[in-house]
Amino acid sequence: MNLRDALRIPSADVTEESVYRDRRRVLAMIGAVPALGLAGCSEAAPPASKATITPEQARAGFRTAEEQTREIDATTYNNFYEFGTAKDDPANAPKTLRTSPWTVAVGGQCAKPGKLSLEDLIKGLAPQERIYRMRCVEGWSMVIPWLGVPLGDVLKRFEPTSKAKYVAFTSLADPQQMPGVRARVLDWPYREGLRIDEAMHPLTLLATGMYGKALPQQNGAPLRLVVPWKYGFKGIKSIIAITFVERMPKTSWNMSQASEYGFFSNVNPAVDHPRWSQASERRIAGSASKLFAERIPTLPFNGYAAQVASLYAGMDLKKWF
Amino acid sequence: MVLTTRTRRRAEPRIVVAKAAVHLAALTPLAILLWQMWGELKGVSHALGADPVAEIEHRLGLWALRFLMLTLAITPLRQLTGWNVLVRFRRMLGLYAFAYASLHFAAYLGLDLRGFWAQVFQDIVKRPYITVGFIAWLLLVPLAVTSTTGWIKRLGRNWARLHKLVYGIAVLAVLHFWWLVKSDLREPALYAGVAALLLGWRAWKALKTRAGARAKARSVPSARA
Repeated sequence: MNLRDALRIPSADVTEESVYRDRRRVLAMIGAVPALGLAGCSEAAPPASKATITPEQARAGFRTAEEQTREIDATTYNNFYEFGTAKDDPANAPKTLRTSPWTVAVGGQCAKPGKLSLEDLIKGLAPQERIYRMRCVEGWSMVIPWLGVPLGDVLKRFEPTSKAKYVAFTSLADPQQMPGVRARVLDWPYREGLRIDEAMHPLTLLATGMYGKALPQQNGAPLRLVVPWKYGFKGIKSIIAITFVERMPKTSWNMSQASEYGFFSNVNPAVDHPRWSQASERRIAGSASKLFAERIPTLPFNGYAAQVASLYAGMDLKKWF
Repeated sequence: MVLTTRTRRRAEPRIVVAKAAVHLAALTPLAILLWQMWGELKGVSHALGADPVAEIEHRLGLWALRFLMLTLAITPLRQLTGWNVLVRFRRMLGLYAFAYASLHFAAYLGLDLRGFWAQVFQDIVKRPYITVGFIAWLLLVPLAVTSTTGWIKRLGRNWARLHKLVYGIAVLAVLHFWWLVKSDLREPALYAGVAALLLGWRAWKALKTRAGARAKARSVPSARA
């Protein structure tokens, strides 16, 4: 089966890669480049790594005009311990993950639980391109164009009840398909969770692709979470179960080191990780050499405070890190 | 082993060749790294990966740790094999450990923290793994300075006392690596094991010598009686 069909992305909605790479020129040709925030961008930056965005998209946080991370960097520098703990292990691992067929079990506190194929899970929802900053807890960051559907749109279909206060996610943990699972570096399967309002927030994305293509194995194929205002490890990969729960669910890194990784894990320059200062970050972006890449300050909620800070009104973020 | 009075003698050709080979081997990782940095700078190589700064830091740090372990391996190897010539390579290995550690520290300051100098002090004070790493490097400085023949003569017995610091440095360096890792402790555990073996050997030897000395001390009066 064709991968695009499998993902139920109407081929008309998918930009050919050549066009995508050339989109700035194409858009300029049709006179559609909005005069938005592109002034002041470095001349040396390659045209393909800048996005054109509308003011509405910018306001919603859906797309950023910052220089994007090269696809080769975003797909060869991964924390996906199911395929090894070195940054290049996941990209170098044999392609053993069977992403089709892929089933996701949705259950817990909802009226319509079910076990669905990935195709059925996102059926009828138009894939959207979101260009998000991604800040890793280790002090580096990227800017990645994702393809996916808002998680909230998917979750609503299962009609969560009033008892659904949180959403728990589980990754596949099959040692046959994921060699890294044989090492007990984490308590497998990988688990993550969101509060229901975080899960329903329009920025929270259930991603099936990146850079205009299906998600590669190393980036969490075929289905992963992207929560741009939280540290990267919240973006659970290769999801096989989504469960509505009443109590705060267990999450993998919190289980591993509770003092270092909180449930919320919102990007917060004011709350240091014991091992890494969270005040600044190394931005991995563009095709220019990163040898002398400038450090940039880290922003509260990874720069999405305007969209999400209200979710945490009245909460002591130093306590609920 | 303390090198006290070293008589000036003509270096044996075999030692000269062996030392040249060690220099060449010790400089190879640096040469590879510089070559890859050049490729990264020119945009023709992706050998350092997506985050070259982190790769450079980690690689220099690992080589510093490896040379530190090699330096500490000289004495046990000499005692096991009886090849006293090994001791003549110890200083250079120790100095390479210091050189790689200094480059590692320089990469952290010059490449990683660029423009965020204030963070250096916070990092050193607040991040335990950086604190111990910094102390380990700081303690290496007096050892490197006093590694010359002149200093060895000047310090006499105290030179050996001072250079016992290397045992503490090894522990701190391993700890620096251990605390940096998030959850996969296999690689730092390997170095911890090597360090434990090398330091354990010395502890065992010291205990045996002391026990031997005590036994001798006891046997002397009884023999007199």
